Amino acid sequence: MADRITLQVARYRPEEESAPVMQEYEVPCHKEWVVLDGLNYIKDHLDGTLSYRWSCRMGICGSCGMTVNGQPKLTCATALTDYGDGPITVEPLRNFPVVRDLVVEIGDFMRKLTGVKPWIMREHEKPLSEGEYLQTPEQMDEYKQFSMCINCMLCYSACPIYGLDPGFIGPAAIALAQRYNLDSRDQGADERFDMLSEHEGIWGCTFVGECTEVCPKGVDPAGAIQRYKLTAAMETVKSFLMPWKGGRGGSGA
Amino acid sequence: MSDRPASSPRYATHHPRWLRTRVSTWWWLQRRAYFKFILRELSSVCAAWFVIYLLLLVRAVSRGEAAWRGFLDWAAAPLVVVVNVVSLFFLIFHAITWFNLAPRAMVVKLGGKKVPGVLIAASNYAAWAVATALVAWLLVGR
Repeated sequence: MADRITLQVARYRPEEESAPVMQEYEVPCHKEWVVLDGLNYIKDHLDGTLSYRWSCRMGICGSCGMTVNGQPKLTCATALTDYGDGPITVEPLRNFPVVRDLVVEIGDFMRKLTGVKPWIMREHEKPLSEGEYLQTPEQMDEYKQFSMCINCMLCYSACPIYGLDPGFIGPAAIALAQRYNLDSRDQGADERFDMLSEHEGIWGCTFVGECTEVCPKGVDPAGAIQRYKLTAAMETVKSFLMPWKGGRGGSGA
Repeated sequence: MSDRPASSPRYATHHPRWLRTRVSTWWWLQRRAYFKFILRELSSVCAAWFVIYLLLLVRAVSRGEAAWRGFLDWAAAPLVVVVNVVSLFFLIFHAITWFNLAPRAMVVKLGGKKVPGVLIAASNYAAWAVATALVAWLLVGR
């Protein structure tokens, strides 16, 4: 194993360039170093003008997602030594506008995320004196894997549908809507139904499945979307056959 | 920022020019998984073709023996045979890929417990085998 490795980093400085250019840096290749360590080494020792996002270094904050050798990756969880002698290309996440270097514009995702109301909604809040909303371990298992999402947007970067149609709500937002729909304490499935079941909601998805493949947290957004398609279809049939029953959205199962 | 000290640096307001890249027309060649996905989507054309083929066959049968013989001659033409062989390949691909994906969309519970995904896929394959056996029996068994 070489003790140094070359990083080819995409640079985009809007005041200087109209298209990104690749810049090479040679960084130490320690066994325990990840791509983010390489970028931090560049920033600290080689070129302080490089811009990128990061925070926790431990796969929790979801800030450091980038395209590493063509694949969407959390750079804090991608070892330099996985790429042999290199070189390693580091580019911004695909399917998002680039603000600068490796920093992408995430406003679209943030708006979609809040749009699906990813929080517990109750028809009537019970008073604090009555205690918590209780839940059994089995009820928690229903939604737990979807709650592991860290909003890193790797799934959006891997999704060709989102790339072709930026109106698509996208994998993580739908998976997080399902996280609450499947929560026994939540009663907001009806409120999420309209946004999720429109054309650019679940029906935009054609089940490419790459969102699930690239997820660093083992969430299955593709599965969440297909399950919700089944729910939405059943609800539509039900409301057609039994129009007197008002409820929609179901339990999200 | 009117109370800014005179010695502080002057900052220009940041006007980012976002870089927007278009998805290439050939995006589906960029990853193996994308290519497999496009093949799976295309396979539905072959499924539609077999429906049309079956309807043509039924129409020929209903029009009497001459039409039926004509249909058989047409079906034996090299081009039709090639189309059917390719379509069969894609249809098998279609069935296998969708059966394997079925557990992702369906969460079935029996007695409060989740049925493992393997069993959901297996039940699809079993139904396929039963249907195939039934058709084979109709064609050659009787």
